[in-house]
Amino acid sequence: MNMQNPDGYTTADGRQIGGVMMEMKNITLRFGGVAAITDISFDIREGEIRAIIGPNGAGKSSMLNVISGFYVPQEGEVWFRGAKRPPMKPYQVAGMGIARTFQNIALFEGMSVLDNIMTGRLTQMKSGLLAQAMWWGRAQAEETAHREKVEKVIDFLEIQHIRKTPVGRLPYGLKKRVELARALAAEPKLLLLDEPMAGMNVEEKEDMSRFILDVNDEFGTTIALIEHDMGVVMDLSDRVVVMDYGKKIGDGTPDEVRNNQAVIDAYLGVSHDE
Amino acid sequence: MPDTFFYATEVMLNGLMAGVMYSLVALGFVLIFKASGIFNYAQGVLALFAALTLVGLQDGQIPFSHVINAIFGTDLHNFGWTLPAVVAIALTAVVMVGMAILIERYILKHLVNQEPIILFMATIGLAYFLEGLGDVMWGSDIKKLDVGLPQGISETIETATYNWFGYGFFIDKLDIVAALVAAALVIALTLFSQYTKYGRALRAVADDHQAALSVGISLRFIWVLVWSIAGFVALVAGIMWGSKSGVQFSLSLIALKALPVLMLGGFTSIPGAIVGGLIIGMGEKLFEFSIGPMIGGATENWFAYVLALLFLVFRPQGLFGEKIIERV
Ligand SMILES: Nc1ncnc2c1ncn2[C@@H]1O[C@H](COP(=O)(O)OP(=O)(O)OP(=O)(O)O)[C@@H](O)[C@H]1O
Ligand SMILES: [Mg+2]
Repeated sequence: MNMQNPDGYTTADGRQIGGVMMEMKNITLRFGGVAAITDISFDIREGEIRAIIGPNGAGKSSMLNVISGFYVPQEGEVWFRGAKRPPMKPYQVAGMGIARTFQNIALFEGMSVLDNIMTGRLTQMKSGLLAQAMWWGRAQAEETAHREKVEKVIDFLEIQHIRKTPVGRLPYGLKKRVELARALAAEPKLLLLDEPMAGMNVEEKEDMSRFILDVNDEFGTTIALIEHDMGVVMDLSDRVVVMDYGKKIGDGTPDEVRNNQAVIDAYLGVSHDE
Repeated sequence: MPDTFFYATEVMLNGLMAGVMYSLVALGFVLIFKASGIFNYAQGVLALFAALTLVGLQDGQIPFSHVINAIFGTDLHNFGWTLPAVVAIALTAVVMVGMAILIERYILKHLVNQEPIILFMATIGLAYFLEGLGDVMWGSDIKKLDVGLPQGISETIETATYNWFGYGFFIDKLDIVAALVAAALVIALTLFSQYTKYGRALRAVADDHQAALSVGISLRFIWVLVWSIAGFVALVAGIMWGSKSGVQFSLSLIALKALPVLMLGGFTSIPGAIVGGLIIGMGEKLFEFSIGPMIGGATENWFAYVLALLFLVFRPQGLFGEKIIERV
């Protein structure tokens, strides 16, 4: 396969990957004196499952936060579908069709599973405030249409049985799934997942892996995910970016990065000489 | 002594009606506190400002006329027209929305991620600023507010109760209207919050800011929205209170009575604000009626606060607030 081809490439399992969707150019992000990300560039292709891996504190979550607008990098550019993206607030990024989940789960704990997932539809709901207040019937019709989409997501992720449960009462594994459901409800072009399987048992991980593959396959959603479990990363992803201490130390297919000496050193904890 | 019993009942009913006013102000507090964690000291002043603006618009007063007259030696007072109540109310609502936009742009926007105490201080500043602005814009004399709400003792109720019980209850028509309006307001707010996308967005923000951002909610828009709603609630409170006692600057003091109401009802509960207001209104009238004479009267000044203090000691989360359990 030729991954440099600007028009895309074909994966080992025969999926067609398109051109560049998102391109990060020389991103540098600092918190006070701490450099969380130093001069990193990489791209995400249309239809691809792109993994970001690296040891703790490598800057993976920070990178996802840059993409989703939660962090503003001091240097570098973000390009989306051929256009340079101006600095954007998280809600604007969401409006562009980029949905995400969080490493530490950010759900609306006091709201039901259904309501949580309905919030995922907010970017798709068009009618304005006055219209909602004045044409109650039309607002309710719109609500019903969105509700149908949400029910599909609920079926897809097999969480029908907890639809009405307040999220605060759910066990960890199900919360992760509800968070994914909320992101999917937005029908995103790009889905960002920060450690979607952290803290799960083997069975839950298998379910989650299957969902991620199905989302990519059935809806053609492009996915960027952070994951620590190497087995999972190797199974799921088409290409992998490896970060360590805020720098990019590898980028390629799972096989390529697995055999990359810098990556091996980072994971074995070989000392970092400047 | 059935008459004493009936009289006590009447006192209680009147207390309930007075409580509706407290509930209305407390409602405005709860809305803002729930969504943003800001304790809005200015809620009472918002009600005052709304009432002043309403009277001013209705009577065609020229805003800032005192200042203009002082500077230019003119003698301006009125535009010479009066507005129908409905139009004046609608315009005042627009003014309150404009105010919400300005508050967001010039205060809240600059204080994101600050400590709650800082935001609280900012609302104290806002309260005094608005009080001053209201004074300069519309003058400080007591004004009569009449938007055509029924006034006076309801004779229907008086005769009916007299025929049934042999005791005619004195209930102010305005109080009944206030209770109905408050009920309608709460129902409307509940429908809005449960069944519209903006209501859902509001609840989402109240629950988790970060998650709300990730689903595409603009916090700035939400702040304008809740302050607009709180401004509208303040307008309703201002209309009721102003119709009853005239629009005067002591109106802003009702905000202080809303504090014990919140202690009782919990800072985050809309039903709590309503029930808390009713309990305080009823409690202070009944207490004044039954115990007051024995201890020299004027208990209404402090009763609400002492009741709130008792609640703070025995049930700090209020009647309806979520139970506070420290995670260890
Ligand atoms: N909001 C913040 N303020 C200050 N420092 C931060 C902030 N977010 C991240 N950092 C710092 O940036 C560095 C990278 O953190 P980041 O969370 O991106 O790592 P990570 O690769 O996701 O790690 P993990 O695998 O533990 O989740 C760390 O040193 C972290 O302390
Ligand atoms: Mg992380």
